[in-house]
Amino acid sequence: MTQARSAKSFSHGVHPAEHKQASSALPVERMPFVSLYTLPLSMHLGAPSRPVVQAGDQVRRGQVLAEPSGFVSTTLHSPATGRVVSMDLARHPNGQYVPCMMIEADPFDTQQFEPAEPIDWRALPIDGFIEHVQRAGLVGMGGAAFPTHVKYKLPEGKRCQRLVINGCECEPFLTCDHRLMLERPAAVVRGAEIVASKLGADSATIGVELNKSDAIAAVRHELPADGPIAVQPLKVKYPQGAEKMLIKAMFGVEVPAGKLPLDVDIVVNNVSTMAAITDYFERGQPLVERIVTVAGPGVDRPANLVVPIGTPVREVLQYCKINHEARQVVMGGPMMGMPLASLDVPVLKGTSGLLAFTEAALNHPNEYACIQCGRCLEACGNLLNPSRLARLARAELYDELHQEHVLDCMECGACTFACPSGVPVVHLIRAAKATIRKRGSKDA
Amino acid sequence: MSRHESRLLVESGPFLRRELTTPGLMNEVTLALAPVILAAVWFFGIGALLIVIASVAGAVGTEWLFAPSRPRGASLRDGSAVLTGILLALTLPPAVPLWMAFVGGAVGVGLGKTVFGGLGQNLFNPALVGRAFLQAAFPTAMTTWSEPTGAGGLLSIRASNLALPLMSGTVDAVSTATPLGAMKFEHAETPISLLLRGDTAGSLGETSAIIIIVCGLVLALRGTFDWRIPLAMLLSVAVLAAVPWWIKPEAFPSPWFMLTSGGLLFGAVYMATDPVTSPTAPLGAWVFGLGIGLIVVLIRLWGGLAEGVMYAILLMNSAAPLIEQATQPRGFGRGRWAG
Repeated sequence: MTQARSAKSFSHGVHPAEHKQASSALPVERMPFVSLYTLPLSMHLGAPSRPVVQAGDQVRRGQVLAEPSGFVSTTLHSPATGRVVSMDLARHPNGQYVPCMMIEADPFDTQQFEPAEPIDWRALPIDGFIEHVQRAGLVGMGGAAFPTHVKYKLPEGKRCQRLVINGCECEPFLTCDHRLMLERPAAVVRGAEIVASKLGADSATIGVELNKSDAIAAVRHELPADGPIAVQPLKVKYPQGAEKMLIKAMFGVEVPAGKLPLDVDIVVNNVSTMAAITDYFERGQPLVERIVTVAGPGVDRPANLVVPIGTPVREVLQYCKINHEARQVVMGGPMMGMPLASLDVPVLKGTSGLLAFTEAALNHPNEYACIQCGRCLEACGNLLNPSRLARLARAELYDELHQEHVLDCMECGACTFACPSGVPVVHLIRAAKATIRKRGSKDA
Repeated sequence: MSRHESRLLVESGPFLRRELTTPGLMNEVTLALAPVILAAVWFFGIGALLIVIASVAGAVGTEWLFAPSRPRGASLRDGSAVLTGILLALTLPPAVPLWMAFVGGAVGVGLGKTVFGGLGQNLFNPALVGRAFLQAAFPTAMTTWSEPTGAGGLLSIRASNLALPLMSGTVDAVSTATPLGAMKFEHAETPISLLLRGDTAGSLGETSAIIIIVCGLVLALRGTFDWRIPLAMLLSVAVLAAVPWWIKPEAFPSPWFMLTSGGLLFGAVYMATDPVTSPTAPLGAWVFGLGIGLIVVLIRLWGGLAEGVMYAILLMNSAAPLIEQATQPRGFGRGRWAG
């Protein structure tokens, strides 16, 4: 009760059914190695990585396959010991064909990590630390896959006062962060400690929604006494895991529109990213695998799986016994996730979930006229007027849309979720934003 | 697994939707009108039901004929035409000829909604457009009130209900004063107990204050409409009516009489809350409701008419786009006011 009272949140937002019970109690298990891995050279935001191995090369698990091609780029490692079969165009989950590296796993290898010495992060200067994080191939694991080290490069005159660790997992169905905090709370806390110390942050706060009270307790148990790290319970609300909403919820501070958390002296990282930091600095293990929640009525055996990056979605779903009712597969959460047109696409560094929906679970709402009921306004955490934006988008009034701050929209989909008329609000906004960006780059 | 492939469905997210739908909302309001219709039948006889049916027939028929939707009649699925018909009927006097109710329903949907482009595009509340039309076209029929018949007259249908279109100039019912009329012209205040129960002359739906309050509370708690609008409206009427009454109680009606008489409660719960014709933002809802209350008090206390809820709502309907424009959400990270 006291916890519920001290829990915080942002204004507006929606409360979708959580659908987490199917997988929240399932301990994380390891998915067996498969024979072929597909690794897009660009599974992060920014410039694609530059290959440093060639077709035919033998590679070890964790060996560097491709190096960053700039600062906003990261390293790619082999998820398995085996052989580079080819470098070719292959399907990305977003539907495009992109340059990929194909790795054939050696079926006779144990696929064990060679033990490595811990890295003495305390002795590293900040630039050395950033280089290490880039070398570890770390990206934001909550979905956006923004290279983590870029966030740590504080511009001249900026300071990271507060580190925020995002453990909201506000998307329905997903339980990978929940299980991680429950099973490896020390790794999360350790990562937070490392990053907070290197960035010189005064405090590190781990934000967790109240539907994961066991995780809150587990993480709290690992907190060093009177250290700078704390856990902040949050009310359950979508999209609390959006970093600007999370900052508002925790500190009541609004990141100015068009700016980054760093403009209010805050850096936000996901809990999975923190555990990955710990794995790298304490065991030398780069980002070659991640926890993926596989759930939804289209799989008979939901699971929280440690999956090597690059594993085909088809293999993961087969392992979780996809059934014949499955009709739609979504990568990520049900609110912001990406529908897959093919199962022959790889699990990426930012893949938090694979959800299989059946016809019965699919919701194709009839579309009715917008009655201007204002439910989308009350849903919009960005304090926009989604119904108006949708109307302007339908009329293709791009200048007006720009004036109405359509580019502020984070495309969380709360408006579409809330709309009783079944208007595809966020879809219209997304398309309009793309057009505006295209026009903008043409003008420039 | 290839069998999954051929039928993988790719569509735009989010993949979860709230269960609430627009027809669902309309039906909730319609359902919440059932007790009001039953009360109308109880007080004024089965004729009340016939008026409702005639009005709904006019509204639905017009929607089917003229609504800009393909295929013809597709827009009937949203449930708004039926609702408009019922709402209009409940604002009509018990002795109104059925054909007038039919015409009112048709005009409400036709001129109040479809000419604007259908549901969601209309500026004015369609039911009130229908009523305003009837008031202008048939002033006698629209101001001929009759006493409630009570349980004894449950099966009674007034002769004037069955009048032929355009054949009779007058309505042959014994006219009586509504509580507001009695207040305006004779300064007689009807007891609150009667107003709460609904044993008074008036429109079909503006009888029992208790029933409307209970239905309104249920709708508000269910989140069917924006509770700020009726609350703002009732608050402003109560406060604005209390001032002159407090200064000169012998010349002005009491605030509780103002609140429970006439169409105020019915208008507050069922008419002003129409989402299409009211502002969407919370601040806008407050302004909208306060404005309606202000106009109601001005008309009732100092205007030439005994009742002013219809005009108050229609006037504020016309101001809603302006209020909407001035009360847009400010945008996250854009300071206190929209930038």
